[in-house]
Amino acid sequence: MDLSQLPQQIVNGLMLGGVYVMVAVAFTLIIGMLNFLNFTVPALFMLASVLMWAILEGHGIALDLTAIAVLLVLAMMAADRLQHAELPAPVKSGAALGLAAGALLIFWQIVASKPGDEVFAWLDAATGKGGRWVVGIFVALFTVSVLSLLIERFTYRYMKAKYGDATEHALPLVSSLGFLIVIEHTVISTWGSDALTTSSPFGNASFEVGPVLFSVPQLLSLILSLAIVFGLSIMLKTTKLGRALRSIAERPDTAPLMGVEVGRIVPVVYVITGLLCAIAGILFTINYTTVDAYVGDTVATVAIAGMVLGGLGNVWGAIVGALFIGMVEVMSIYMVGATFKKIPIWGLLLLILIVRPTGLFGHTAIGKGKF
Amino acid sequence: MSGYLESQLIILCLNVIYAYGIFLPAASGQLNLGAAGFITIGAYASAWFNASGVPMYLAIPAAMVFAATIGFVIAFPILRTRGVYMVLATFAFAEVVAGLIINLEFLGAAAGYPVDSHADYLVVVPVTILVVLLCFFLMSTRLGLAMRSIHDDEAVATLFGVDVRLAKVAAFTLGAALMSLGGALYAHHYNYIETQTFNVLVSIYILLYVLLGGTQTAWGPLVGAAFFTIVPEALRQIATASGQAWIAESRFIFFGAIIVLMMVFRPEGLVTRTLIDRIAMPFGGRSGPAPAPGAA
Repeated sequence: MDLSQLPQQIVNGLMLGGVYVMVAVAFTLIIGMLNFLNFTVPALFMLASVLMWAILEGHGIALDLTAIAVLLVLAMMAADRLQHAELPAPVKSGAALGLAAGALLIFWQIVASKPGDEVFAWLDAATGKGGRWVVGIFVALFTVSVLSLLIERFTYRYMKAKYGDATEHALPLVSSLGFLIVIEHTVISTWGSDALTTSSPFGNASFEVGPVLFSVPQLLSLILSLAIVFGLSIMLKTTKLGRALRSIAERPDTAPLMGVEVGRIVPVVYVITGLLCAIAGILFTINYTTVDAYVGDTVATVAIAGMVLGGLGNVWGAIVGALFIGMVEVMSIYMVGATFKKIPIWGLLLLILIVRPTGLFGHTAIGKGKF
Repeated sequence: MSGYLESQLIILCLNVIYAYGIFLPAASGQLNLGAAGFITIGAYASAWFNASGVPMYLAIPAAMVFAATIGFVIAFPILRTRGVYMVLATFAFAEVVAGLIINLEFLGAAAGYPVDSHADYLVVVPVTILVVLLCFFLMSTRLGLAMRSIHDDEAVATLFGVDVRLAKVAAFTLGAALMSLGGALYAHHYNYIETQTFNVLVSIYILLYVLLGGTQTAWGPLVGAAFFTIVPEALRQIATASGQAWIAESRFIFFGAIIVLMMVFRPEGLVTRTLIDRIAMPFGGRSGPAPAPGAA
């Protein structure tokens, strides 16, 4: 084994860990606040990275799908408002039917007319390729956070309304698996399951410090993701919203008694989760330039290991855990071989779960419920 | 029997066996996301015994005993964890198994492992029927009752003198044996195995069959596995017959959407105790009050 490569491998490990950090934080936020393992995180991460790819490569259907997704959620929200309105039942169901028919009509219009291609033609003429970057980032952030709101309804709100406690059952877990399947297969049936590649605008920009090579976009992503997570933890600690979030995490039953509007705060958690996944996905596409429909599964499962290592519900723990797992992955590939990496990562996770289930810095109360 | 029907029947049978392997722990309130791990162990163990000269009819039970032993041993530490932690621990277990086998040269490592003896549907179908009958019988015994009581309320089950740990370990170990049986049959039917076949998606799908079928009665996994094996395949056939390729391409999108909607409308799964009672006695005479909403 050539030890002269060791510093380089440590840097690579940190860079890889940087990808896992935001995904791990997305997981840990939901599990800390709402006590359920959100399996839509891999799907949201994958969707953001694939959308970014599609827009960089000029696939107009990405914009069409985004329009459909946003419409779907808007129709959903309108239906929600309708449900709470004081109207006679026939009017309500008539309006709901009309809403559904209208949404279907608009979907069909979008699918048939392919406006995305026209938008791209216009955009490329106006801005060159630079415009696609802005549009891509915006579309990925927007779509994923709006979709996350839709997911909130089916994993939290309806269950809460029906059972009083959304985490009593495995319900949210199973619904989130359903969303995972829906999103993955939407991507597969649109763009196929093969690897999708694009080119990075930064090329191979890099600089050397001694024997160690730093890739500029990777370093920038690591710094950016750490900065975002740092900002998030400051927000949790100092703002009113942060205090409300922490109170829900601590005692979900008592928080409403203290005047926390749980029904309004929980969607915020989902939007933050969506944004974190989206940023992670965008950075992934920029850095690794190759994505596919299963990229969420590979990245997010490792991020789960990082999250557990740091302790469920602990933002700083998730950062440390994710960076550490990235390091373990790179080191085991470097020292033994690529096929070996699963054993240390998952062996470590299994060991931690059995010996110290709360992780290294974990909260003892989280995950004690039935599911 | 035509080749196509036979291949679909085999897939259905294997899914049913896997589903019962996950159902037994799930019926006692434990979510096991490690199906792929036990399936892999069963498949490779049986294939290896077979390759070392043991006839298939002995290799499969031997693989089951081997997997059950592993299940028994890891049940104690894994059952210390609860809820989300148990989901993660079983998931990690499956990944460790896949990681270990892909590094074992004598099991073919990443190149996959050919299997000698062949098991056709004349073996697979009767075994599946036996498994189903066994699980129905098991759920009617005192152990089955204990498992159900733990699923409904562990603290109360303890108060009524149920040995909670024993019942949980028994359910987990039996589940491991069943999943390894499914894996062994897979190995002997397709005569070639590789670890990538049994990935995390397999674990997720099997867990979903069980949860969507319902964990309250032994009908659940049978109905769940059958429904979610036959319907996507039927959709594919319809797509081919009608020339509408989009049905085949988007059938898993429907599948996912059905899961989400099921959780809203039938959170206890397709088959519940109440449903069984209603079918058994259509004109009243329910065996008890309907379970309160929210009772697991």
